[in-house]
Amino acid sequence: MDEILDYIGVKSIENLFSIIPEKIRIAGLNLPDGKNEREVEMKIKKILNMNKSFFEMPSFLPIIKPHYVPPAVDEIVGRQEFYTSYTPYQPEASQGILQAMFEYQSIICELTGMDASNVSMYDSSTALGEASLMACRIKKRNKILIPKNVFWHKKSVLYNYAKGANLKIVEVEYGEDGKIKTDINEKDVAGIYIENPNFFGIIDDRYDEIEEMKENMDAILIVGVDPLYLSIFNPPSYYGADIVIGEGYLGNYMNFGGPSLGIFACKKEFIRQMPGKIVGATTDINGKRAFCMTLQTREQHIRRGKATSNICSNQALCCIAFLAYVSIMGRNGLQRVAIENMKNAKYMADRLQKIGFRLPFNSKFFNEFVVVGNIDGKKLNEKLFEKNIQGGLPVNEYLKNGILFGVTEMHSKEIIDYAVEKIKDVMEEIQ
Amino acid sequence: MAKYDEPLLNEIEKRDDDKIFEVEREKLNIPNLNEREVVKHFIHLSQMNYGVDTGFYPLGSCTMKYNYKLMEKVVKNDKINYVHPLQNEKSVQGCLHIIYELEKMLCSITGMDAFSLQPCAGAHGELTGMLIAKAYFESIGEERKEVIIPDSAHGTNPASAKMAGFEVTEIPSKNGKVDMNALKNAISEKTAAFMLTNPNTLGIFEEEIIDIAEEMKKAGAILYYDGANMNAILGKTNPGIMGFDIVHLNLHKTFATPHGGGGPGAGPVGVKKYLEKFLPVPRVCKKNGDYFFDYNRPYSIGKISNFYGNFSVLLKAYAYILLKGRELEKITERAVLNSNYLMEKLRNAGYEVPFYGRRMHEFVLSLSKLRERGIKAIDVAKRLLDYGFHPPTIYFPLIVEEAFMIEPTEDESKKTLDEFADTMKKILHEDEEILKNSPHNMPVRRVNEVMAVRNAILTWNDLKIH
Repeated sequence: MDEILDYIGVKSIENLFSIIPEKIRIAGLNLPDGKNEREVEMKIKKILNMNKSFFEMPSFLPIIKPHYVPPAVDEIVGRQEFYTSYTPYQPEASQGILQAMFEYQSIICELTGMDASNVSMYDSSTALGEASLMACRIKKRNKILIPKNVFWHKKSVLYNYAKGANLKIVEVEYGEDGKIKTDINEKDVAGIYIENPNFFGIIDDRYDEIEEMKENMDAILIVGVDPLYLSIFNPPSYYGADIVIGEGYLGNYMNFGGPSLGIFACKKEFIRQMPGKIVGATTDINGKRAFCMTLQTREQHIRRGKATSNICSNQALCCIAFLAYVSIMGRNGLQRVAIENMKNAKYMADRLQKIGFRLPFNSKFFNEFVVVGNIDGKKLNEKLFEKNIQGGLPVNEYLKNGILFGVTEMHSKEIIDYAVEKIKDVMEEIQ
Repeated sequence: MAKYDEPLLNEIEKRDDDKIFEVEREKLNIPNLNEREVVKHFIHLSQMNYGVDTGFYPLGSCTMKYNYKLMEKVVKNDKINYVHPLQNEKSVQGCLHIIYELEKMLCSITGMDAFSLQPCAGAHGELTGMLIAKAYFESIGEERKEVIIPDSAHGTNPASAKMAGFEVTEIPSKNGKVDMNALKNAISEKTAAFMLTNPNTLGIFEEEIIDIAEEMKKAGAILYYDGANMNAILGKTNPGIMGFDIVHLNLHKTFATPHGGGGPGAGPVGVKKYLEKFLPVPRVCKKNGDYFFDYNRPYSIGKISNFYGNFSVLLKAYAYILLKGRELEKITERAVLNSNYLMEKLRNAGYEVPFYGRRMHEFVLSLSKLRERGIKAIDVAKRLLDYGFHPPTIYFPLIVEEAFMIEPTEDESKKTLDEFADTMKKILHEDEEILKNSPHNMPVRRVNEVMAVRNAILTWNDLKIH
């Protein structure tokens, strides 16, 4: 160290900081001494032992859900070349991750039927915020229609993204089938947001009606999707979507809510309005195929205040996990898991109906569904928690005693049977 | 670096391509490969990618420090991986403990009074901070529409202010620092905030910060700290004592969580007491030894992301702070020492340092003199790849021509810095044609980025058409 100090002509380390005025100097950090790796690992293990995982306490919560992640996915995203690298601004040193990103974009476009995808937003909520801003830029209007039944976290994020641009958010009612009403006639609409499956888990296959609604209002159609669902049902391009967003949870873990990734894809005609990083194929000077980030004049590091978005860091590694998952599963594997999800959810809904719950909407659902019973969801959950089960999400704001359940391939028949038995016990205890 | 002509996923031989399920979806072109093929494919791709573990990665403003393997280990735990964000609070006390403790640690490090860990990245933190500023002025009934930003600022600053609905006024720098007169002239009763990085993007400490804070206070405006360069000041000073009202940190920079090829990161936001009530919900609170979520915050801006931020990234930063403790100060010392050493070496090698003087954790060269020989910053950057170094950030900050922005971080040895400086010196004397045609030894030669924009080939379907 002395050698270095001599070289730069500074007497001591302290002198390096002499430029900082005395008045704002502090005497070190008010933190404990550092620990060694073993101590840190043990301490964190101990803290996390206060949590209960899905494997200790079966959970039926919706929105993000437990899914199986093949070990090869962890192996791939665990490569230091991927996880320690920066955003690939030097393409010659980053062909690997750039090609993977290009493949991710291709897979997203296959699933959604869109022409272009970026390399992620932070999550599905921020993706909705960005999609709404994009629709308003395209249409030069500022009104966005959303279904009344959108998870309130997502709504809250949307309102924050809408604030700066003064967007007007209008909530649209749903009908008795739990689906958004399509016979609406609003003026000056920039974008219509629908979810498929929607917040109640319901599959919306009124393809013609949806497209007609969009055309009547001459608006941008934004569709929120579940990527697994898309492996077995028609893509949003089938019913006129211009922008597709969603939560890209495949290959990623719940991790108490994040990180995951926000899917964001659109039609080719709108790519210059898209936020976020995009990778394109090109060649090197010898004509060999190569990849690089492209259309960067949309972005903040070039356009600053005039950029399409402020996003810089994204969720790139989660995209690699998503891509690795889809690659390992293949089309057949994805469809197998999707069908399994749907079957398990149906099985649980049937069982719950047998013990006195009813399905308020007579509609087909994917891997989430709403039931109504004669007990408040919060109360049921408290009792179930005592029996070491985490129940679904109470949705009293929409339906009295309504509960939204989420079921995946992780919920075996045994788990569902066990949970339903316990729910039955609680119902009997209360009566 | 390995070189492969690696096919795209859809170009690898397909297996089991018969449709086995009768479903609504008719066409879905996702290849059915066996796991062996998939793993080989991604390992080949990884071998054509440069990471921090590969070698010197001195990207200015990015703080590419070493990512401890311990962090990767502590997050591989079912008790996070399979924990749902909406579970009964009693079953997530571990997660809540970490959020609560990490917020306290960040408060202590930055001198702020309260933190929210919800923003997922630095720019996301900026947006959150600007929305808090907006909510604050609304709450006191003042309409303030302008945010002032120096021309040396990160591009995210003006973009975030704009997204929150502010108009941006950019002020020119003087001698690489904030021009106090320009700042004073820009301030008015319409000024909502001034966004500043300190040290700034040239690696220069803004020593007039006390006066700047005074001016903002006088104007009733908010002083915002872009924490991208926090690695330069740990334990020496902090944004709180400097007079900043709102701060965002980049945990993927200062607190050693990996950059992931672009993310996920984390951009927590800290505020002074008078702004705490505007922070996003939920806040994690503690009562009788139990943690709980508090959603009952009538002044809160609401939510800024799905749940509580990128939790596993937060946990990695928490582990890093536990590991280093108060010795985080030593990190700053070594980072600043390395930066000044490398700057002197490169200056002695013949490179120009605009606004020459003592630097903090990073410095910026100007390669504009090489233009006489037809050489640009990008040529030198690409040539560095041939020698096994990742190039620094180039063409930023915008106020330096042919900028070469270098941040060596605390983790690099004198030997590495010497090797880098020697290589830079060697490159300075290399033949123009070699430089202009570099790199020569990478998996691909110089990539045609202009053609990528023109053709916009963004998926494998586009590739088939071309």
